[in-house]
Amino acid sequence: MIKFLIEKEFKQLLRNSFLPRLIIGYPCMIMILMPWAANLEIKNLSVNVVDNDHSTISQNLVRKIEASTYFQLNGISSSYDEGLEAVEVGKADVIVEIPRDFERNWKRGDQAHVLIAANAVNGTKGGLGSSYLTSIMNEYATGLRAEHPSVAVEAAAAPSIGVTTQNLYNPHLNYKLFMVPALMVMLLTILCGFLPALNIVGEKEVGTIEQMNVTPVSKFTFILAKLIPYWTIGFTVLTICFGLAWLLYGLIPVGHFYVIYFFAALFVLVMSGFGLVISNHSATMQQAMFVMFFFMIILMLMSGLFTPVKSMPDWARIITLFNPLRYFVEMMRMVYLKGSNLSDMLLQLGALSAFAAFFNIWAVRSYRKNS
Amino acid sequence: MKQFRTFVKKEFFHIFRDKRTMMILLGIPVIEIILFGFAISTEVRNVRVAVLDPSGDVITRKIIDRIDASEYFILTTKLHTPQEVEQAFRRGEIDLAVVFSHRFLDNLYTGDAKIQLIADATDPNMAVTQSGYASGIISAAQQELLPAGASPATIVPDVRLLYNPQMKSAYNFVPGVMGLILMLICAMMTSISIVREKEIGTMEVLLVSPMKPLLIILSKAVPYFVLSFVNLSSILLLSVYVLHVPIAGSLLALVSVSLLFIFVSLSLGLLISTITQTQIAAMLVSGLMLMMPTMLLSGMIFPVDGMPTILQVISTIIPARWYIDVVRKIMIEGVSITFVAKEIGILALMAFVLIAVSLKKFKTRLE
Repeated sequence: MIKFLIEKEFKQLLRNSFLPRLIIGYPCMIMILMPWAANLEIKNLSVNVVDNDHSTISQNLVRKIEASTYFQLNGISSSYDEGLEAVEVGKADVIVEIPRDFERNWKRGDQAHVLIAANAVNGTKGGLGSSYLTSIMNEYATGLRAEHPSVAVEAAAAPSIGVTTQNLYNPHLNYKLFMVPALMVMLLTILCGFLPALNIVGEKEVGTIEQMNVTPVSKFTFILAKLIPYWTIGFTVLTICFGLAWLLYGLIPVGHFYVIYFFAALFVLVMSGFGLVISNHSATMQQAMFVMFFFMIILMLMSGLFTPVKSMPDWARIITLFNPLRYFVEMMRMVYLKGSNLSDMLLQLGALSAFAAFFNIWAVRSYRKNS
Repeated sequence: MKQFRTFVKKEFFHIFRDKRTMMILLGIPVIEIILFGFAISTEVRNVRVAVLDPSGDVITRKIIDRIDASEYFILTTKLHTPQEVEQAFRRGEIDLAVVFSHRFLDNLYTGDAKIQLIADATDPNMAVTQSGYASGIISAAQQELLPAGASPATIVPDVRLLYNPQMKSAYNFVPGVMGLILMLICAMMTSISIVREKEIGTMEVLLVSPMKPLLIILSKAVPYFVLSFVNLSSILLLSVYVLHVPIAGSLLALVSVSLLFIFVSLSLGLLISTITQTQIAAMLVSGLMLMMPTMLLSGMIFPVDGMPTILQVISTIIPARWYIDVVRKIMIEGVSITFVAKEIGILALMAFVLIAVSLKKFKTRLE
């Protein structure tokens, strides 16, 4: 019996003119375009310099900023207000104002202040930009002290701590490495969430569900036959993604493929179970679409896909515990970048299994044969 | 005119009599603005730190205490071997490891006292910011160790964060969420409502009525225009009174630009409805083809000027990109409307083109 049902589902899927194209085309489009867009690498920030000192030290500082890959000099303004105007029209992101007597203060051994004013409407951009500028200035100051030992304290009296930083798993700070696995998660979620949500309710609207309801097919078999095609879709999408990530971006997971497939099998179950639940409870496709859409945005934006979970306030972090996407995103990044094994991710495994069981039992129970 | 009013009334009934959809339509913006206004943020907090301190002397303990006391970091474990550090990272238990060199105190004045900050760079920006904060704390500790009165010449950067001094992420996200929600609700709603009539067959009834096709379409758009206006007001009220994101510029300018944007989204919905035949196709086109690009290419989360040129070119055809830009400028930066004339012009042009194309494509004949 189940064999025929599955055959029916596959035929319904493949004979639709739009769906097969969507399943192949959509992942390709997203994987080719989006890693370039989903980029928070802060590079080429335009800096507007207001140099009131015109000294050797200040000019060298400006040159140092210009030489960095993070910044490009956008223009020199004669006053802070002029610089601010450049920010307002969107020509500059940061203003660096060097006050008069900058060099004199430095040579006297005082603190020489520099003003960094960053446009912080985009917090990441403003914050990272100013912290890069700060570190450029610190580096410059260290170099200057070495050049002019007379202004520095006796080396013997000053304690020195050498601080080095190491960026584990992603030494070149490549943002694509962070986003590509996340995009795969996004694709799986969208395709294996929306399609099932529209499935049963679609049959309801067209009327074919009546025919199903008068067959001896049990609820469980019915739902299972609906789930299996999504599994195949999920695996197809994932495999396309793996291939493209390798071809286009040279990315292969540090860990094992089978770990990802294993988790994906669970995750697709979770999402399509969830989709079927919504489908069962909706009367029209329009309703199903909106409900799914509502949850989809919340699931995605609260999963750590784009912004880190640990930055959220405590109540929001508690909500994320009930978000299956959160665990799947964590898993994906851990396997892709860190090479974690199944044994490192027992928490994620347990959580996803629980979600899968919960939603699918609900899906079976909420399907009613008698109207 | 009376006919038109009747048609509009009919559309309103369509919406009001589907309670669930209506609740979602009006509820989505409220819940999402609140959720994301508070939850979406990139500020550094709750960074889990592990220390590997083989020397365990006064100075290292002092530095560890300072890190632990900071609002950004939470000291989770003290580890003893480099293998343990590696394992903790692989299990995702820590975000940053602070590794001290051996005999730290003895080497303090010889230049051999070293600290290595190991950051989990899975998230590159977070890694940079975290280690930046940690080294700031360490260098503050180092300053304290200086003999009294001695201060080396330093350059002190004074950082001023313009427009958003507390680095509230809501400032960045409210315009983005406004763009996303208005775009999707308007485009999706209109497209579905028209295709639905086609699919059920009631479109035939409408087309044989004496109403002009243009008016049929307009009567479809009016209720959604009203609904979107309600949504817009609730979003603005929430962001001002709940999220405390002030409207720095002119409210009138903001509302008129939003209405223009709503109009663009509605016309996009019309266009989708004329080119698709089934509800599922209309939904998938408006849901998938609009959702991902609007989320990723509009500058809502990822700044447009950081993208490669070709994507910047593609992003110019996304209405939300221009709208979000304008909202950021008027609402957050408070610039006057003359600075955003270009964006407004582009939105108006889009509205014109979309309406023209969809009217041309709208079939008045039955197949």
